[in-house]
Amino acid sequence: MNDRFVDILIIGAGPAGLAAAISAKENGIDSLLVLEREKDAGGILRQCIHNGFGLHRFKEELTGPEYAQRDIDKAAELGIEIECSTTVLSVSPDHTVTCVSSSRGLQVIHAKAIVLAMGCRERPRGALCTPGTRCAGIYSAGTAQRFVNLEGLMPGKRVVILGSGDIGLIMARRMTLQGAKVLACVELMPYSSGLNRNIVQCLQDYDIPLYLSHTVTDIRGRERLEGVTVSEVDEKRNPIPGTEIEFDCDTLLLSCGLIPENELSLGAGVEISPATSGAVVNESFETSVPGIFACGNVLHVHDLVDHVSNESFKAGAAAAAYVRNGTRRGSVIAVRDGEGVRGTVPQQIRSDTDQPVDLMFRPSAVFRNSSVVVESGAQELIRKKAMIFTPGEMALVTLRPEMLKNIGSDSITVRIERN
Amino acid sequence: MEQTITCINCPVGCRMTVSLSDTGEFLSVTGNTCPRGAKYAQQECTLPERMITAVIPVAGSETPLSVKTASPVPKKLISSVIDELARVQVSLPVTIGQIVLPDVLNTGVDIIATRSLS
Repeated sequence: MNDRFVDILIIGAGPAGLAAAISAKENGIDSLLVLEREKDAGGILRQCIHNGFGLHRFKEELTGPEYAQRDIDKAAELGIEIECSTTVLSVSPDHTVTCVSSSRGLQVIHAKAIVLAMGCRERPRGALCTPGTRCAGIYSAGTAQRFVNLEGLMPGKRVVILGSGDIGLIMARRMTLQGAKVLACVELMPYSSGLNRNIVQCLQDYDIPLYLSHTVTDIRGRERLEGVTVSEVDEKRNPIPGTEIEFDCDTLLLSCGLIPENELSLGAGVEISPATSGAVVNESFETSVPGIFACGNVLHVHDLVDHVSNESFKAGAAAAAYVRNGTRRGSVIAVRDGEGVRGTVPQQIRSDTDQPVDLMFRPSAVFRNSSVVVESGAQELIRKKAMIFTPGEMALVTLRPEMLKNIGSDSITVRIERN
Repeated sequence: MEQTITCINCPVGCRMTVSLSDTGEFLSVTGNTCPRGAKYAQQECTLPERMITAVIPVAGSETPLSVKTASPVPKKLISSVIDELARVQVSLPVTIGQIVLPDVLNTGVDIIATRSLS
């Protein structure tokens, strides 16, 4: 076995990995390798056959496969090497990557810089503490999406969906159009975290009822799922006795949140933020381990792939700069979540940055007629009004480099204030 | 005649009330907070349209072919378009953007492949 040496190694060829690779190449890095676990590049977009991707970046609405193909074509045109069907086993803090594939066997690759772009995974049943039997017929919504859209298989005929995030809503429509009967979409919270567009076009168009403030309180079936019980919940999200509704169904889809997939990052010694479940990064998307960068859904879960691509172009360019110049050291300003704000990325900004920094975060609740305020001590740096902030939509404010020049503190805070 | 709808253009999700004549013609809208809402309300209450995406099986391929309407089609035709798609026969190879069914149901809209298959 011969060790390989590259300037930049990118883990994952979804939208984040592809954008990082394109950007690194365009920033002068020729020794570049992308590793992908699946047999094709494109990541989760391959199975997202619905429309609506790329409005910001391409000014048109594409399906997932079409969006991915643009980056795959660009990467091919630039001569970027993507090694598919290759699983990374470990990443070490000294940038040694061990991976395996059936064509090449075990490989050890040494990289000057690494970009983590592994994406996220769905919260599984075990993490939801749903009661009932452990029968067949219970899938995460994304697994069902893969079966239907990539493998041409139908997971079931009578379906209940738990969770009203966009993947759950999209699957309600897909299952219906493929001939299944979707009986209900059930949401624990008093509001859906999905887009209004998806509530209208995926549920209302097909007369699928949405039960807000409800959850699944029993799952029945020995071999195969036979039915679920759905109950209303109170303000503390406890089921209210006497509100049970029974559904006879053979399939339950779970659409209950996404979690960045950071097993490899942890092995590399990368510090993880409890707020995002992704790496702690600076404004260059560099993690706590010098020369290891993170972008896309492995860093924090996005709603729009356009934002993933945008962030990953920056991460790829930053990795290229690291290969040329090493880590830039400067005094560090900590970015903190204030009231109404969760999981601001980046968590650190070097004060001598000469580029605008997008602060991305999730509102912790629904805020109408409010402002996002960025401040350092008593000094207000940004105040920006919006008609609405919702947890379902990542918010973004841009910090200009000159705003950081004369701040009198080593931290800034992002918060939401009602007008 | 009045109809109540939720705007889909942004997360505000304005609840809008649309007045229609007895023959179904658009008269006025209230409750919107921007011009995009008014435009959507008029379209949605007179001639609602949808993009349709689906997958169709392809002989000789384990992976089905993902397809879309090249532009939105009347919402009332969704199930008829899906029925038409069930009859489409495609042979390998398929190139992204290729027309797999021209002028579906005389709408003037083609069904096109959204991926390549070989």
